[in-house]
Amino acid sequence: MDNGMEEAGNSMSAAVQQSKAAYDLIRARFGDAVSEFDANPTMPFFEVLDLSKWVDIALFMRDDSRLKFNYMACLSGVDYLEQNQLGIVCNLESIGHHPHRIAVKVKCQRDGGSIPSVSCVWHTANWHEREAYDMYGMTFDGHPDLRRILCPEDWTGFPLRKDYQVQETYHGIKVPY
Amino acid sequence: MGLLDARISNRNVLVTSVDNVMNWARLSSIWPMGFGLACCAIEMMATNASNYDLERFGIFPRSSPRQSDLMIVAGTVTMKMAEKVVTLYEQMPEPRYVLSMGSCSNCGGPYWNHGYHVLKGVDRVIPVDVYVPGCPPRPEALIGGLMKIQELIRMEGIGISRQEALKKLAEKSVDPQQIIDQARRATA
Repeated sequence: MDNGMEEAGNSMSAAVQQSKAAYDLIRARFGDAVSEFDANPTMPFFEVLDLSKWVDIALFMRDDSRLKFNYMACLSGVDYLEQNQLGIVCNLESIGHHPHRIAVKVKCQRDGGSIPSVSCVWHTANWHEREAYDMYGMTFDGHPDLRRILCPEDWTGFPLRKDYQVQETYHGIKVPY
Repeated sequence: MGLLDARISNRNVLVTSVDNVMNWARLSSIWPMGFGLACCAIEMMATNASNYDLERFGIFPRSSPRQSDLMIVAGTVTMKMAEKVVTLYEQMPEPRYVLSMGSCSNCGGPYWNHGYHVLKGVDRVIPVDVYVPGCPPRPEALIGGLMKIQELIRMEGIGISRQEALKKLAEKSVDPQQIIDQARRATA
């Protein structure tokens, strides 16, 4: 039994084990608000199950001296068409404090779904959330300036949704080939 | 045949038509508008720089459409940019020329199918005189396109419309394959 546990532990690389240690602190604090740890060797992650806790989790991750996730490397949008959900994936790192890094997934309903904004926690999230909104159409509660960032403001539809159909014309110009 | 190719004799007096002199002046100082949209612009800038030295043809970029004769559409035209391109084109004084550089501005290029944000050919919004294929075209290809613009200017004259000049240019053009084969045979 002990050997089995050890093997499972050893099969994780040192980097993943560091992520696991960081995750354990978050789990201890927030319990069932976060999912199980996924030891993905490329980028270990967990999911926030209780959306209302997302900003608290983000603040805890940024400010706790054992975590210090002070750098949001990326925030990407995802369309989970089969589950009828939209989501974001945040890649977080700790520059100058700890070597660990982790990804956090947050999901919401596909139609009219909304995710609490963390632009007040990491300013990087401001434009990244605007981009996710622009491409996927989920809104971010508490975002200071949620407008489209890349597409024209009067664009219809959200281009990176898997069921996106391009509009026929834009300002009288034919769009499809 | 350029104006200076004619032999000048008789106390350096040259007799020719006003059309010829005007065209010679215009084609020897084509000023393109200095703007680029994507990687084609890098190639265009390289063509402007010392290795390819466009200034030897009197071509150098201007920073205002009001001082420009030629618009080189160098790169991907997005739907957002399309209307700005039209505005810039409308601000250029006539006679004005448009050179579409690279696959993107010719027809949408690699974005022709899934590029929801890309205009599938700049000729959907402004008239194009010369298309330069390539992704991106090499400087030699761009210079070839600019030579075509010069030929087009040479075809123009009082009472000759742009359409007629373009038609004359097309009639005068030769199949490049023979020239390519000839060059290959010479090097073989």
